[in-house]
Amino acid sequence: MKILATLQNNDIAPRFDLATEVLIAKIVRGKISGEPRTVLLPGPGSDALCSLVIREEASLVICGGIEEAHFQYLVWKKIEVIDRVIGPAPQAIALAIAKQLRPGEIVRPTIRLETERR
Amino acid sequence: MSENEKINCFSPDLLEVLNGVPHGIALVDRDLRLIMMNRFLEALTGYSGEEACGLYCDYVLHSSFGRNMPVLRQAVESGVACSGEGDIIGLNRKKIPMRFTATPVVEPNNGRQALVLVLEDVTAFQEIDRIKEMGPAKGLLGHSPKMQEIFELLPILAHTDSSVLITGETGTGKDLLAEAVHQASKRSKYPFIKVNCGALPESLLESELFGHMRGAFTGAHADKHGMFQLAQGGTIFLTEIGDLPLPLQVKLLTVLDDREFFPLGSQKKVKVDVRLITGTHRDLRQLVQEGKFREDLFFRLNVLRVHLPSLRERDGDVRLLIDHFLQMFAASFGKKAKRLSAQALRLLGSYAYPGNIRELRNIIEYGVNICRGEVIEVEHLPPYLLAEAGKKPHAKVVPEPFAAGSNTTVGEVIPDNASSWSAIEKKKILTALMQTGGSRAAAAKALGWGRTTLWRKMREYDLG
Repeated sequence: MKILATLQNNDIAPRFDLATEVLIAKIVRGKISGEPRTVLLPGPGSDALCSLVIREEASLVICGGIEEAHFQYLVWKKIEVIDRVIGPAPQAIALAIAKQLRPGEIVRPTIRLETERR
Repeated sequence: MSENEKINCFSPDLLEVLNGVPHGIALVDRDLRLIMMNRFLEALTGYSGEEACGLYCDYVLHSSFGRNMPVLRQAVESGVACSGEGDIIGLNRKKIPMRFTATPVVEPNNGRQALVLVLEDVTAFQEIDRIKEMGPAKGLLGHSPKMQEIFELLPILAHTDSSVLITGETGTGKDLLAEAVHQASKRSKYPFIKVNCGALPESLLESELFGHMRGAFTGAHADKHGMFQLAQGGTIFLTEIGDLPLPLQVKLLTVLDDREFFPLGSQKKVKVDVRLITGTHRDLRQLVQEGKFREDLFFRLNVLRVHLPSLRERDGDVRLLIDHFLQMFAASFGKKAKRLSAQALRLLGSYAYPGNIRELRNIIEYGVNICRGEVIEVEHLPPYLLAEAGKKPHAKVVPEPFAAGSNTTVGEVIPDNASSWSAIEKKKILTALMQTGGSRAAAAKALGWGRTTLWRKMREYDLG
């Protein structure tokens, strides 16, 4: 599975529609496989970001505030969305892998990102 | 200083006061980190003030400003209050337009600078601005103060769901105003249905409004939805509401109160969500006194009342409407007419227009059709105007040159009142046929048409 998190600096971007950077992590057997990829977008925009999510075949999106229409679109595409998340993106991804991330979660930078060792 | 100390440095009384304000209020430090927020903002964002304390406020607010919220930065740097507009995404994932006002304050106890950030929901204002930007409703024209009042009222009428009663003489644009209110309202994507209450007998009107079931009466071969059902989610405009029969007034009142009714012959109630706009040229209050209109229904309809002024009361609008209709009909009929002569304008300016805008429109339509050149002269206008100008007491000024006689051409007929171009043309054909003893060829020649045109028009007007 793939997790896509909207990025602002190292944090989850506060707005889905204004994010210009995303972090994509591939998860294998409950751990991140390889280095998470950072993708720079040509500009902000919910539609383009939704397309990227579909193209990347992400099954989980972690983001800040997202409008209902785009939230429902992604849900309709069978993509789980955990929104209103505040905090560092790697920690949020780690919590998501551990099934501990909830919508509206404020992630404190204490959890270490566990990368699968090859 | 710890986050808890930061919260505690504000007195509980102050927090209580801020919690009572119906706007989002946050206190942020110089680095734009949240110190506290009131309950309204907590409800809006879904985060508690305690857990959000110490976080950058743009993360908590999900605002459109980004990390360096310029309004706040400006307030920090300038030391004076600054405001700007943006939006936030709230707990319910709705984008809410907001006015952000940041006011520098000094933190009690430690004397450090902080900012009070007030978030004011401006959804309603933006909606009104949007409606205003749309300009006067399509088809509704006017520069006169009375019409400007109507245009100013329009966004308010559109923004609410209350019943509207539009009064005004015939031809003043009640239908247009009703449609404009609907188009500017949030119901605009749903149907706008107009029903003339004076046009149908009582039994048919009931079926038309509320629908019927198959077999409800002779001839009811199938179920039929009424106009109230067809207007579901939208607006129903009942024009000539003063002509609504008394038994139907009761049913209408029930629908307005309960938002549900039984279609004719049905035992199943139908729920409707429809906004009602009514219109009449009658004095409903007088009808109530005469016992012809239910008082309770009158009060129910008369929630928001708009009176459309007659054309006589609309200073300066006659010229505006003349120009509008002239351009419209000249373009529509492919005619050369570009303007009216000064005399024709004087005549139109002095006329009282009992039929209001509808009458003016028909006069210009007549003139554009009759005129073969670029300038519409007095002789191109309906001749009854001259006669009326000479005798009617309500005419303001009777211009001397036109007071006596008119230059009507052979075969031209004088309409009884402001009738449509079709009626005028029909009369012209009849007059020409009478004058030529029924000879179609001669009549066609007198009218300046080919025989085929005459034949086609006779068929069109059912004169064959």
